[in-house]
Amino acid sequence: MATQASRTAGRLMLSPAVVLLFLWMIVPLAMTIYFSFLRYNLLMPGTEEWAGFDNYHYFFTDPAFWPALVNTLTLVIGVLVITVVGGVALAVLLDQPMWGQGIVRILVIAPFLVMPSVSALVWKNMLMNPVNGLFAAMARGLGLPPYDFFADAPLASIILIVAWQWLPFATLILLTAMQSLDQEQMEAAEMDGAGVFWRFWHLTIPHLMRAITVVVLIQTIFLLSVFAEILVTTNGGPGTASTTLTFLVYVQSMLQFDVGLGSAGGIVAVILANIVAIFLMRMIGKNLET
Amino acid sequence: MGEIVLSKVMKSFGGVEIIKGIDLTIADGEFVVFVGPSGCGKSTLLRLIAGLEDVTSGTIAIDGRDATDLPPAKRGLAMVFQSYALYPHMSVRKNIAFPLRMAGLPAAEQQRKVEAAAKILNLTPYLERRPGQLSGGQRQRVAIGRAIVREPAAFLFDEPLSNLDAALRVSMRQEISELHQSLKTTMIYVTHDQVEAMTMADKIVVLNAGRIEQVGSPLDLYRSPANLFVAGFIGSPKMNFVEGAEAAKNGAHTLGIRPEHIDVTADGPWSGTVGICEHLGSDTFLKVEVAGVGTINVRAGGEVPLHHGDPIRLTPQPDKFHRFDSAGQAA
Repeated sequence: MATQASRTAGRLMLSPAVVLLFLWMIVPLAMTIYFSFLRYNLLMPGTEEWAGFDNYHYFFTDPAFWPALVNTLTLVIGVLVITVVGGVALAVLLDQPMWGQGIVRILVIAPFLVMPSVSALVWKNMLMNPVNGLFAAMARGLGLPPYDFFADAPLASIILIVAWQWLPFATLILLTAMQSLDQEQMEAAEMDGAGVFWRFWHLTIPHLMRAITVVVLIQTIFLLSVFAEILVTTNGGPGTASTTLTFLVYVQSMLQFDVGLGSAGGIVAVILANIVAIFLMRMIGKNLET
Repeated sequence: MGEIVLSKVMKSFGGVEIIKGIDLTIADGEFVVFVGPSGCGKSTLLRLIAGLEDVTSGTIAIDGRDATDLPPAKRGLAMVFQSYALYPHMSVRKNIAFPLRMAGLPAAEQQRKVEAAAKILNLTPYLERRPGQLSGGQRQRVAIGRAIVREPAAFLFDEPLSNLDAALRVSMRQEISELHQSLKTTMIYVTHDQVEAMTMADKIVVLNAGRIEQVGSPLDLYRSPANLFVAGFIGSPKMNFVEGAEAAKNGAHTLGIRPEHIDVTADGPWSGTVGICEHLGSDTFLKVEVAGVGTINVRAGGEVPLHHGDPIRLTPQPDKFHRFDSAGQAA
């Protein structure tokens, strides 16, 4: 926009949207901060009073806090590793010309379109169930005892389900990046005597770094708030084995009716997410610069 | 060192014949230009020589050795691509050293060769930069540097100048010619630009629809084109083709006259009206509507005071006529 007048008009017309978005974000945040300093239990309405940092104190000393923090980070890192490695592998495979390419690509994207609670239920009841599940049937077919996934490896099972859901996203982003890889570069390297693996490590991977960064940043945002998969499968258990911070906040505010404690947990989760974001931007943010 | 012999080379993609049987010998140290319209198969032919595509039938011998089934890296050829194909995350130094590194040369030897190549190509101040920080011409020089250090049997250029602006193209053209003079290595150069072909080549190979139309030195092709295609392709502005009575009078089915072989005279046999007039100062290009002959392009030397709609008389130079039979072959 060129002139002063059109720039002013532009700002004026943008401002309602900006104000709305700002309020949309700041009001819930302010309310959560406010609640986190109140003694606010839904079972005792009308007794709200200022509690200072008590809620934070209780949240940090909750025996479930440290396991939840560790579980959250394990979940995020585990899913990221599986989706990035698997996504790169799938992107390389799908980039090869083959018969039925269009159908295969749509099939690969399909898991992303299934809503989380549904896919978690399918995994729980049809695949991982120790009595009726497909995996149990396969184990019995091989003469092995069936494995009770959610009892013996609850967090790993949830990581598997969430990774299955996010793999298509990673594959999609990485596949589009693969397609913009300059074929002449590959041919030049071939003429210079570089082998297939060398070309993959030194040309394909550096080319994909920007897309991988995008995948990691976007997925981290969503993975920190994974909830439905835990709710419908393990409910955070056994014990706290699959409780994440998000789930812990839910338990405290919805199951124990302690809104104040839940709000304090929510603020802690926001701060944690920001710490993770700062670390990520420090580590891989430079890949986004041209 | 770098003799390349193609015999009966054919290439088809999924049943479509792109290269239809090519026999060609490229002598050691020669600068050969493959020229032709887009889609004529010139780039494919270069890629066949490079080994980036497999031939459907026929053989390619490099240095007297059958190289038909050798992988690209083992053919001892270096290629410069249209898009330069530099490795974007490596410095210029690493880009140029790359083929040496792949060949397993000691680091000191690599550095020595990189420095030498950089000096030839005036790249020394840019060695630590990345390709993204260089201009088009500099990137092109890096690509050439990467080719030089390998000391290949032959250089292959795939339209290397088509991404550069006009002025840079002229200077890079001269640099590549000078490089050929100093290295004396075989070079194969693909272009669709006949000016590049004329100015650089020792030998031009004119390709059309997967076949060789004519092979010869630039002036051979200019003086005696073998057929209508070559006649129309070589030379700028294009040769005029006259058919009908005027051609029959001169004993040909089609008569070819280059624009520079027609004089503007007061009493010429052809009279017409000036159409478009391009005044370049050094030359004037006229498009003349000649009654009974057709539209004729004329190149008049120097400044000619003619404008759109002016009457004009032309005299073609009879000793510069090109006569073609009804099959389009030179008679």
